Amino acid sequence: MRKTYIGELEEVILLTVAILQEEAYGVAIGLHMEQQLNRKLSISAIHATLHRLSKKGYVSSSMGGATAERGGRRKRYFKVTTAGCRVLNEIQDARNLLWSQVPSNALTT
Amino acid sequence: MKEVPHPPKWINPLLERVCKPELLEEIEGDLLEYYYLWVERYGTAKANRLYVIHTLKFLRPFALKKSRSKTTNHFAMFRNYLKTAYRSMARNRLFTTINVMGLAVSMSVGLMMIAFVWDLRSYDNFHENKDRIYRVNTINHPDNGPIMTLASSSAKAGYKIRESISGIDDLTIIRRNFGGDAQIGEKKVPLQGLWADHSFLKVFTFPLLQGDPATALKEPYSLVLTEKGAERLFGETDVLGETVRFDTLDYMVTGIMKDTPKFSHLQFEALVSFSTFELQGSESDHDFFGWKSFYNNYTYLLLSENMTLQTLQANLDRLSEVENAAIENQEINLSIQPLHQIFVGHSLVNEIGPRISIVAIWVLIGLTVIVILSACFNYTNLSIARSMRRSREVGIRKVIGAQRRQVIGQFVAESVLISLFAFVFSFLLFLTLREQFVSIHPFIAHLVSLELSGTLIIYFVTLAVLIGLMAGIFPALFFSRIKALQVLKGVSSLRLFQRINMRKSLIVIQYTFSLIFITSTVIVYAQYKNFVSFDLGFSTENILNIKLQGNKAELLIKELSALPAVSKISQSQLISSLGVGNSAQLKYRDPNDSSSVWKNVVDEHYLPMHGHKFLAGKNFTHKSEHTQQDEVIVNEQLIKQFGIGSLDPDHAIGEIVTLNGKKVTIIGVLKDFHYQTPQHAITPVAILNSANPGRYLNLKISTNDLPATLSSIEHIWKQIDDVHLLDAQFYDDQLAYTFSWLLMIIKVIGFIAFLAVCISSLGLFGMVVFTTETKLKEISIRKVLGAGERNLVYLLSKSYVTLLFVSALIALPVTYFFFDKIILTYFAYHQSIHLVELLAGLLGVLVIALIMIGSQTFSAARSNPAQTLRDE
Repeated sequence: MRKTYIGELEEVILLTVAILQEEAYGVAIGLHMEQQLNRKLSISAIHATLHRLSKKGYVSSSMGGATAERGGRRKRYFKVTTAGCRVLNEIQDARNLLWSQVPSNALTT
Repeated sequence: MKEVPHPPKWINPLLERVCKPELLEEIEGDLLEYYYLWVERYGTAKANRLYVIHTLKFLRPFALKKSRSKTTNHFAMFRNYLKTAYRSMARNRLFTTINVMGLAVSMSVGLMMIAFVWDLRSYDNFHENKDRIYRVNTINHPDNGPIMTLASSSAKAGYKIRESISGIDDLTIIRRNFGGDAQIGEKKVPLQGLWADHSFLKVFTFPLLQGDPATALKEPYSLVLTEKGAERLFGETDVLGETVRFDTLDYMVTGIMKDTPKFSHLQFEALVSFSTFELQGSESDHDFFGWKSFYNNYTYLLLSENMTLQTLQANLDRLSEVENAAIENQEINLSIQPLHQIFVGHSLVNEIGPRISIVAIWVLIGLTVIVILSACFNYTNLSIARSMRRSREVGIRKVIGAQRRQVIGQFVAESVLISLFAFVFSFLLFLTLREQFVSIHPFIAHLVSLELSGTLIIYFVTLAVLIGLMAGIFPALFFSRIKALQVLKGVSSLRLFQRINMRKSLIVIQYTFSLIFITSTVIVYAQYKNFVSFDLGFSTENILNIKLQGNKAELLIKELSALPAVSKISQSQLISSLGVGNSAQLKYRDPNDSSSVWKNVVDEHYLPMHGHKFLAGKNFTHKSEHTQQDEVIVNEQLIKQFGIGSLDPDHAIGEIVTLNGKKVTIIGVLKDFHYQTPQHAITPVAILNSANPGRYLNLKISTNDLPATLSSIEHIWKQIDDVHLLDAQFYDDQLAYTFSWLLMIIKVIGFIAFLAVCISSLGLFGMVVFTTETKLKEISIRKVLGAGERNLVYLLSKSYVTLLFVSALIALPVTYFFFDKIILTYFAYHQSIHLVELLAGLLGVLVIALIMIGSQTFSAARSNPAQTLRDE
């Protein structure tokens, strides 16, 4: 398996984790994607993707402190790892490279 | 203060069970947070739903706990189960055959029962509004009589409900017994049907092929025919607007309807608008619109969706109260009955069509369950008895690491497998038995068709699996409890005959039920024989009853009396002792004491020809048709009940009584005879005279060539009436037919009894084979030591014969008391139960059992000890 392989959903969620910084946990990620991309994901899908990302080593996680708002349950906060940063940058570079090669009239609609 | 919404509580434990504990906290937290969001956005109800859905969505691999068992090769294990099951089945052909046969036979009865009940339950299911259709029943309570619940209700009740009670979407009134000869051009065809008002087609779903359902039954003299009826009348179905003449009136065909489905409690070929009857009926029946004429009309209503039954019943009660205030000596109340309880339900007087009692169905289901359980007992018994052979296998499995659950699973799976195997046979058996069952009695054929359907097959397979589970669960529990160490140490340490009491009691239960069934069959059969040949108090021998069907009696009598085989001819209004009757009100001196008596109208030849015995007085004499009829002949009971002539028949002659408001003189007293069937006690009967009673001819036949006589009678009939078929039956055959329902019961119970005996005999046989096999060495040693063959047979069969006698001691008294104290009390003139009837079944069962036990033990006792003991 190529180590840099990453799915579209994984990429978007990884980016969202990067955007949200200290506040990146399940519900926040879901709501952010809903607001910004108008994309509704089931909470279980988000958890599953985050789980995959952490197995691939692109995010690390740690439990936060207890809060009253969710029945005293703690949140799991995610952070993009170095490997995660690299893979995001690689994707960005690859895209930029390809975009620069597209003739200017090819994508006008 | 506003309450904080809670997500559904039941779903969380589920999640906690299956979810990885380290992920649980964040998942539950996130879900809860989302839940509050949903509550704000969509409200609590939808939020709850979403919560459940999203929780369930977490059932994906990443979140689930890892399965504890690391062995993943379940398939191999399963194959191993199948293989061992197959081997053990193949090794014990006899036991496998006994099990499969027993299960197959009992299962086929179960399948039959499912198909039967399925058909019964599909009655009246085709109506679109079936859940809202109710029938109005009448509860009649005369001051001096018993309460009676009737399926019918008065037309007045129907009108009043329609006018004054709200919450009813629609209501239709039906009247039965529309009938006559339909005349189309020169052709005459008899036609039967119902009167129904214009709402009939709205309340019920009987689709019209032609005609407008809204108006078809509106105008007087409208006629709606089913396809079949139209076909019979016109030879085609495209007959809208044609006229049909009944007597002197023309009816117009305003609709053609699809034939009534088989599974409908309303069966008819024609509907005539109720407005026709409203026009005619007031002439023929003066009290037609009265509150008390509730015998021939039926009211069905369509309840509004938001109306409750309680409210409706309360309204009906109020209505009855108002109406009852106007009548004397009687109270009439109305009740409601849901459509789906009409066909299968409690017995009501005056039912509009055939129905079946729910009690009968439960009895049949009960019998079926007993037969099935009996077959399951066989399986349980034989498996546990042979436990020695399989206990080593279980021991090894446990040592290797099988858990108790797995052993249970293995044995249950095995029994389900056998049960499914038996299902194949039972299905074939069902297909053959189906024809037999339907042809037991025309009533059953009329009732059900037992057609297969997809859903039915699913039920069948479910039954097969259930039977497998039932048969296998005890052996499975038993085997799973075996201790590996104990078994592997040596078979001798395993108590071979453990649970012997349980096995014995299972055999006793089986035989008790078998004996109860078989004895019941014999007893009922003896009663049937007795009823069919019952001494009714008059002679029925060689009497042929011909239904006149509206023809002139004189004409037929003239022709028929010319036949040499016909020695005497009489006329009567009805035929006694067949279960039909006409009642009349009779008064003696006390003008307030009127009471119901049975009535028949006969000519002067009737009583002598039927051999009725006069206690006093004389027979009627011939009178012309126009003479005033003022004579009556009564039976002893009538004199006794009314205290006429101080109970002396001779003094009763010449007394005057009032019958249906007319004064008549008693000219004769008859010895009591059975006007009703022997099921009922003899009650007062009054016989009137008429030169022309009009319904039946009674022919006394004396001939050696019956077929020729019958065909010449038929020839005469055809000359006089070419519309109706000759309806001539011998009195004795009619009497037998009156009790054919009893014969039907005998056949059904008899068949089940036969199966029960077969299954328990199979089980017993298996047990005997097993015992003799395991005791072979003991027998040999005994033989070497000098025991005789007879001694050994006695030793081996003693315990089984004892078991049989124990069952007989339970079964026979139970059956006796059940029939003597409960069933036969419903029959006023039953025969008492003879000892022979009680013992006949026992003897039969005993002989079968002894042959089986004897053959096995005898061959064991005769075996050569040297061969058995050679390798010791």
